[in-house]
Amino acid sequence: MLKLRDLHVYYGGIHALKGISMDVPEGAIITLIGANGAGKSTTLRAITGLVKARRGSIELKGKNITGRPSHYIVRSGVAMVPEGRKIFRNLTVRENLMMGAYPRQDNAGIQQDLEWVTTLFPRLKERFSQKGGTLSGGEQQMLAVGRALMSRPRLLCLDEPSLGLAPVLMHEVFRALTRIHEEGCTILLIEQNAKAALKLADYAYVLETGSITMEGPGPELLQNEAVRKAYLGE
Amino acid sequence: MTLETLIQQLMNGISLGSLYALIAIGYTMVYGILRLINFAHSDIFMVGAYFAFFFVAVFHLPWAVSAILAVVLTAAVGMIVDRAAYRPVRNAPRISALITAVGVSFFLENLGLVTVGARPKAFQRPDVMSKVVPIGPAAVSGVSIWVPILSLALLALLLFIVHRTKVGMAMRSVSTDIETTRLMGVDVDRVISYTFAIGSALAAAGGIMWACKYPQINPLMGIYPGWKAFTAAVVGGIGNITGAMIGGFLIGLVEIMTVAVLPGLSGYRDGIIFTLLLVFLLIRPTGILGEPLKEKV
Ligand SMILES: Nc1ncnc2c1ncn2[C@@H]1O[C@H](COP(=O)(O)OP(=O)(O)OP(=O)(O)O)[C@@H](O)[C@H]1O
Ligand SMILES: [Mg+2]
Repeated sequence: MLKLRDLHVYYGGIHALKGISMDVPEGAIITLIGANGAGKSTTLRAITGLVKARRGSIELKGKNITGRPSHYIVRSGVAMVPEGRKIFRNLTVRENLMMGAYPRQDNAGIQQDLEWVTTLFPRLKERFSQKGGTLSGGEQQMLAVGRALMSRPRLLCLDEPSLGLAPVLMHEVFRALTRIHEEGCTILLIEQNAKAALKLADYAYVLETGSITMEGPGPELLQNEAVRKAYLGE
Repeated sequence: MTLETLIQQLMNGISLGSLYALIAIGYTMVYGILRLINFAHSDIFMVGAYFAFFFVAVFHLPWAVSAILAVVLTAAVGMIVDRAAYRPVRNAPRISALITAVGVSFFLENLGLVTVGARPKAFQRPDVMSKVVPIGPAAVSGVSIWVPILSLALLALLLFIVHRTKVGMAMRSVSTDIETTRLMGVDVDRVISYTFAIGSALAAAGGIMWACKYPQINPLMGIYPGWKAFTAAVVGGIGNITGAMIGGFLIGLVEIMTVAVLPGLSGYRDGIIFTLLLVFLLIRPTGILGEPLKEKV
């Protein structure tokens, strides 16, 4: 589905990604863990075209998408739940969801998915005509996930989707992820809660100051001594 | 003041105000999206009037056809200005874009001076605009009636586009968060381009109606109405479309009424408006409908 090869990203003089290579196979759940400032968000931003890679390549479904504009990449089947939710606060909840479906033309399918998202997050339905900015933090997070789902992505990138969520809601988000994964969506997940992420993931990458230092199947990393120390607080 | 003159002056103020409102939309929409004061907008207004002038006077096209063609062509000019001048500096510091806008403004004005000359041209307005219509005891000129009606229709159409269509939704989302709008698969450059088209079309409609009201056109005719409309956008709360409309009507009415009540000061009418702007901004810096400034922590 997605291949990163030797990806380098700079913010001005800051070398944020120092040659990252990753594979996200079709149908897999891949997770990216690492300390604050390791470059996790930057990796997702590079994949979705929000920052340009200075060197290296990104391949989506066999097509080279390096340097392509975001709207092109998103229209090729990638959706992202960005860090910090980024709800459109002046748009209603319904409009936020419709923004997620912006490139789509199939009105019947969009209505169907609107139903689907609101069964995943019933709370959104009650607040359909409320402005996005008036939602609580947790509700905004659900809206951000729902909005990403509205594009019917083939690859869903999530940047800390459970941040600030009460444990019950976090479970709801994870349940939703498992469900859309079962429906065939590939998932690339960044998660504060490394344990939950590693449990869920088929394969995981550990990022440290812009480089991948470790990788392996989720359960395997979960057992790894160094990982347990650094990221599971044990 | 007699009832007769009051009605006349009110209609006069409303029609002037509706023109300010039409022009103010372009300032406020572009500012809302790009945080750019498009100084060239007042010249786009002038371009619209000249297009209509040429279609009517030179090509002898029917009035309605000329007006529509002029609006469409001016919308295209607005898109070209964005594409050629503003898009290349989109990621540059904001001051570069601002200076570019001043440059485009001078360019259009001087292009006008070179191509059509500085001598004002007499604008042939359609008969309905000059016909006098009785309202109660007052005789009001057709301009003062048709201009507000047409303007309100255009403003209603604009509100429909912005609040009820997909591209309008994208315009509103771009104005809160460009980057996240990109993540929705929206080609933001295209949405910005449409925004310039809409703003320029309204300015052209304003320019044509302005020329019907004051039937002398020249390449610098946009400057004063432009400043007033910009003032209207600021007073309404820049970035807010409804605010720009309210601001436009308010400025138009205040301007006409000041002169009507204090005819001795008519020479100072522009000065009075801009002084009012300054005072208003001291009291309410974000305008009538602007969001209160958030303290940066
Ligand atoms: N817009 C920016 N300008 C300059 N430096 C940036 C910018 N965004 C990120 N960085 C730097 O790039 C590095 C990687 O940041 P990134 O946001 O990818 O980290 P992260 O792994 O997502 O961290 P966190 O867990 O805190 O979200 C950091 O050192 C950060 O300071
Ligand atoms: Mg991050």
